[in-house]
Order: sequence, then structure tokens, then C-alpha cells
Amino acid sequence: MAQTPNTQIKIEIGEGAAIPVKSDSGLFTAWRIAFFGAILTCCYLAFIKPEPYLEIFKFVPDGILVTFKVTVGAILLASVIGLVAGLGRISSNRIINGTASLYVEVIRGIPLLVQIFYIYYALGRFVKIPDMLSAIIAMAVCYGAYLGEVFRAGIQSIPKGQMEAALSLGMTRGQALRQVILPQAFRVVLPPIGNEFIALLKDSSLVSIIAVSDLLRRGREYASETFSYFETYTVIALIYLVLTLFFSKLISLMEERLNADR
Amino acid sequence: MPTDRQTMIEISGVSKFFGSFQALKDISFTVHDGEKVVIIGPSGSGKSTILRSINRLESVDSGSIIVDGMNVNDPQVDICKVREEVGMVFQSFNLFPHKTVLENLTLAQTVVRKRPLHEAKEISMALLEKVGIAEKASAYPAKLSGGQQQRVAIARSLAMNPKVILFDEPTSALDPEMIGEVLDVMKTLALEGMTMVVVTHEMGFAREVADRVIFMDHGCIVEEGTPEHFFTAPTHERAKLFLSQIL
Repeated sequence: MAQTPNTQIKIEIGEGAAIPVKSDSGLFTAWRIAFFGAILTCCYLAFIKPEPYLEIFKFVPDGILVTFKVTVGAILLASVIGLVAGLGRISSNRIINGTASLYVEVIRGIPLLVQIFYIYYALGRFVKIPDMLSAIIAMAVCYGAYLGEVFRAGIQSIPKGQMEAALSLGMTRGQALRQVILPQAFRVVLPPIGNEFIALLKDSSLVSIIAVSDLLRRGREYASETFSYFETYTVIALIYLVLTLFFSKLISLMEERLNADR
Repeated sequence: MPTDRQTMIEISGVSKFFGSFQALKDISFTVHDGEKVVIIGPSGSGKSTILRSINRLESVDSGSIIVDGMNVNDPQVDICKVREEVGMVFQSFNLFPHKTVLENLTLAQTVVRKRPLHEAKEISMALLEKVGIAEKASAYPAKLSGGQQQRVAIARSLAMNPKVILFDEPTSALDPEMIGEVLDVMKTLALEGMTMVVVTHEMGFAREVADRVIFMDHGCIVEEGTPEHFFTAPTHERAKLFLSQIL
């Protein structure tokens, strides 16, 4: 006797979302709470206790500008160094590959603070590099190594068939890289690169120990004159927080843009 | 076999090793202008390897491959010039996912052939029309079915005006209902006189379209002949066994 299929029990079909998606839709996301919370706190402190908070807010802005310059300068330079290092790491030429690998290994093994000292003080004995420039170079050389690894991983994540298809259409390796591989790798590396950029922004505070008047150094100057350490560093921390949150939002917006055609 | 026609591809005495494994053993065959050669054989027989060595996606260890008068493995020869004349269609399509269908077709035309963009677009649209997919010109490859993607890939290689097209198992990654549309495009190309070297498991296609069938096993050419001869009266045991399993 042929059994009839059981139609009594209905199988519940869910939304099909086995993998949780990034829920950015709510009004109170962690990002919004942190970002607007920090801004509101700043406003609150400045209006309720202008002495010393408003004073601090008036004192530090040129430091923000310096931090911004160092960060953007280092990001641009580090991206170029990182791309060269990343391409070098996948090169089949042994000398180029070896040089790039050595650079990455050496730089990743030395603390950033030591590198800043090294370029500013140690190399300063032989060549005089302007303060700001040596800060930017130190940051860029260090982050170039990290970015190089990110670029390498991104390029290697693109399927081999893409390069083969480009080559078999008559493109040179360089053309294939520029037109086919790098644009795809760029999407893959954007999130980790965004993280590196934010880490770079925060680490830029290390340059305050050489003669660069960045945000942290301006804060230190103010605090050592007025002895209001708690108030000053509260403000400094809040400003860094607002800056990094702003950057991370910018990067996630770029990601959405790039993935629009997916 | 048409022998009065010009030689397009001449492979002589080609061997290749992957480590200690010999993938190709002294392979020699010739493809004439306008000829359709189908290479069949079990997996691991070296049929894809020999196909991929024709445009040097694989290098060979000995022997010579001459394509349209150019020695593929000669370091003096600009391999890009060879590849401009040799189209290739892959099992996994390999369309560029960050470019639209139209851009997939125009890219190499503008970058390699240096055609002006408007001319490249005209050629591309005509080719998309030909493979029956013009309405998807502005779509991204991810939005297309496998059969549609493969037809775009064929159009992309046609856009370079190649003298010969290599097909590396073009229907093996497709759902069964999509194989027909891709084979139809290939049959049309064959009728138009395109020189084709096809690695495939589609025996119907081989029978219908091929001028010559090459059967490979363990890196050797075991049998070579017309489809009628190969499918009805194969001489070698290995070929008989393969056909009995696959037909």
C-alpha cells in the first residue's frame, strides 16, 4: 500500500536568516550612542562648567589640526608603501619578494614608539628632517608594513581564474593587475584597511613625545600649566573618540557604496 | 581532414611535468585554419593541460607549440601578441565581477586592441545581440545565470577577433538545462568557420561539430580521427572502454 505523504504537519519556514546580519537599522545603535553621547557630553561640560572645560576646548583645536595632518599624511604615504610592499610580497622575482618580506618582518617587530624615536632622534643626527615630516614618515613606514600584509591577502583572495581570463585576452600582467585584480581586491581590503586607518589615527598620539604639537601634546601643555589633569584628559579622550567614530562611519559608508552593485 | 588549409596550431613533441608526475607525454598534433578539434578523455588525462599550454597559461618542459607562426614558448616572442589571437573560454566563466557585461566585453578591446570606446561598444553590443543577451548589457555578471555568463564569456573572447578559440570544458559547470544554449552558440561559431579547439564531455557536440576527435589518456594521445570513425569503430581498448562508460 502506497503511503500518502503527511500533509498534516506544516513545516514552519522562518526568515531564512541563519547567518545574523549586521543590524544597523535601529535608532540606538552602539555607534550612535557613542558618537552623539560624546558630542553631547562635550557640549554639556562646556556650558555647565566653562571653567576649565571651555578653556580647554579653546586651547586644543590647533592640536586637532596637527593630529589630522599627521594622520592623513601618514595614511596617504602608508597606502603607497603598503601597496608596493603587498605587490612585492606576491612578486615571483626573488629579490623584490625578499626585500618586501624583510621590510614587513623587521618593521612589524619594532614598536612604533621606538621607530618614532629612531627616525626623529637617531637619524636626526645625520639628516635634519622637519618635526611633522619625521612623524609622518615614522607612522607611514610602520603602517605601510601592516597595510602591505592586508593588500597581499586581498590580492591573493581574488580567484586565479580572473588573472588567467585577463591574460588570455592579451593583457599584460600590469594591465590585468590594474584593470581586473586591484579593483576587486580593493573591495576585499576596505574593511581591514579602515581598521588600520583608525588604529593609525589613535597611534598618532604617540608623536606627541617628539616636538609635534598634536592633540595629546596640546592637552599635556594645558594640563601642566593649570594642573587640571582630570578635566583635560577627559576632553582629550572625548575628542579622540569623536574623531575615530567619525572615521569609522566614513569607511562603512564607503563600503556600502562599493557593494551597491552586489 | 582538410590538409590544403593553413596550419593554425602546430604542437610537436610536447611534454610537461608537475613535479615528478608527467602530465603530458610527447604530444603532437596540428590544427588547421577553420578546423574544429575536440579533445576528450577521462579526467587527469592531460586534455586541459595541453589546451592551456596553447596560450601558455601552462608552460611546457619540452617540445614546441607554434600558433599562427609564433613560437609560444620562445622568450623572444611577446606572449601577449599570441594571446590576442587566441581566445579562451573557461569552465568557470571568469567574467570580471566588478564590471558590467558590456564593460567585460569592451575592456580588452580598449586596453589591448586600442579601439576607441564607442567603436568597442558597438562591436560589443553586436556580439551580445549575436549570443542573445543584449538586454543584459548593463547588468553585473552576478545577476546572470550560468548559461548567460558563459555566453557573455564567449562574446568577450570573440570581441578580440581571435583567429582561434580554445574552450576548456565550457559546459561542465552548468546546470543541465543551460548546456544547450551554450552549445548552440558554439555550433553557430563552428558553422561560421571559426577555428576551435574544444575540451568537453559533450559527446553529442563532438559528433556533430568536430572535424577531428582526439582521445587522450594518461598524458598521451591514444586515438585520433574523424568522429564517425572514433564513435563507431575505435581501435584502442582504452577508447572503447571510455566510450562504453560515457555513452
